[in-house]
Amino acid sequence: MAEFALPKNSKINGNGIKHAVAPGAKRAKTFRIYRWDPDTAENPRFDSYTIDLDQTGPMVLDALIKIKSEIDPTLTFRRSCREGICGSCSMNIDGTNTLACTQAIDDVKGDVQITPLPHMDVVKDLVPDFTHFYAQYASIKPWLQTVTPSPSLKERIQSPEDREKLDGLYECILCACCSTSCPSYWWNNDKFLGPAILLQAYRWLADSRDEMTGERLDELEDPFRLYRCHTIMNCSNVCPKGLNPAEAIGEIKKMMVERQL
Amino acid sequence: MASARPRPLSPHLSIWRWRVHAIVSITHRITGNAMAFAAVPIFVWWLAAAATGEEAYGTFYDLARGPLGYIVAIGFTWSFFQHMGSGLRHLVMDTGAGYEIQTARRSATAVFVFGVVMTLLFWGAIYLTKGFE
Repeated sequence: MAEFALPKNSKINGNGIKHAVAPGAKRAKTFRIYRWDPDTAENPRFDSYTIDLDQTGPMVLDALIKIKSEIDPTLTFRRSCREGICGSCSMNIDGTNTLACTQAIDDVKGDVQITPLPHMDVVKDLVPDFTHFYAQYASIKPWLQTVTPSPSLKERIQSPEDREKLDGLYECILCACCSTSCPSYWWNNDKFLGPAILLQAYRWLADSRDEMTGERLDELEDPFRLYRCHTIMNCSNVCPKGLNPAEAIGEIKKMMVERQL
Repeated sequence: MASARPRPLSPHLSIWRWRVHAIVSITHRITGNAMAFAAVPIFVWWLAAAATGEEAYGTFYDLARGPLGYIVAIGFTWSFFQHMGSGLRHLVMDTGAGYEIQTARRSATAVFVFGVVMTLLFWGAIYLTKGFE
């Protein structure tokens, strides 16, 4: 049975720190940020930081970097490319999962509330533990599997039409925005693979060069791994790359039926 | 460094911003469970009361024709049409259609409109033909 309430150690206490308002700011904006420090005995809290948008870049990640370098160096988050290609800065901003680097501050009305990706173990502040997510990714064997020998000294040929079938799949950056937006994944992430991993699974099922299609489908034919998807569609709505994991899962379900015919 | 105490779970339901495609999904479950666990026992009660005799049926009848009876009956009518609408939507999506974000949002909105409109039509028809006493 799903646990709908947060465990005792995860409830947010009211001891958040309000950092002083930026003096003389014409366009002040307040960021409410989830904080949890593994080195203290305290529960998570929300800290508030008010900054001057005229002195800040346009994206939420710009604000986070400004807060970390100018107000509070203890604030912890992942980031790398700052242009939506690495997937490091995925987090929940204003109640929806996205990349901090591609989320414009101006598109958030009122205060900007930031929490880690939902229903994940928190390592510190906005950094969730991806160990399980990556293990699930490994479980679908995300590489080209073949039985026939490759043409000598040549690559395996793929027609432009077959290559097109991978569009909308290969662009996934594994940021986990989709998986952690999925209520089915929240309640069943021990057994359900979740939208990101299933989209990746479909990426290999759809690849004309892969020769393990049957075996891959066998692995997914399970009440939980695939079929916990109830087309809630949160995944496709949050994907910062504009991909459609729900549709990919629907395609896998179709392949399951079609191979019986 | 491994933390000495267990890691907290990040907030989920409490911070999530719900949109229509997700609301239609949870409503499908709620209406389905409401009909299975509440409407079915009431239906059985109606049959049992009719089988028991005049007095038992009278008790059921008085309650069913009172304001509470109407609220419950209209509620279950809406549950039925809502569940039927979202069920049909699921059926279409199971064929692999309707997964585009805008389509899925529109079909979810349409399910809510369908549920309310059908309930109004159903009870409107009853009112026009039989009246509400």
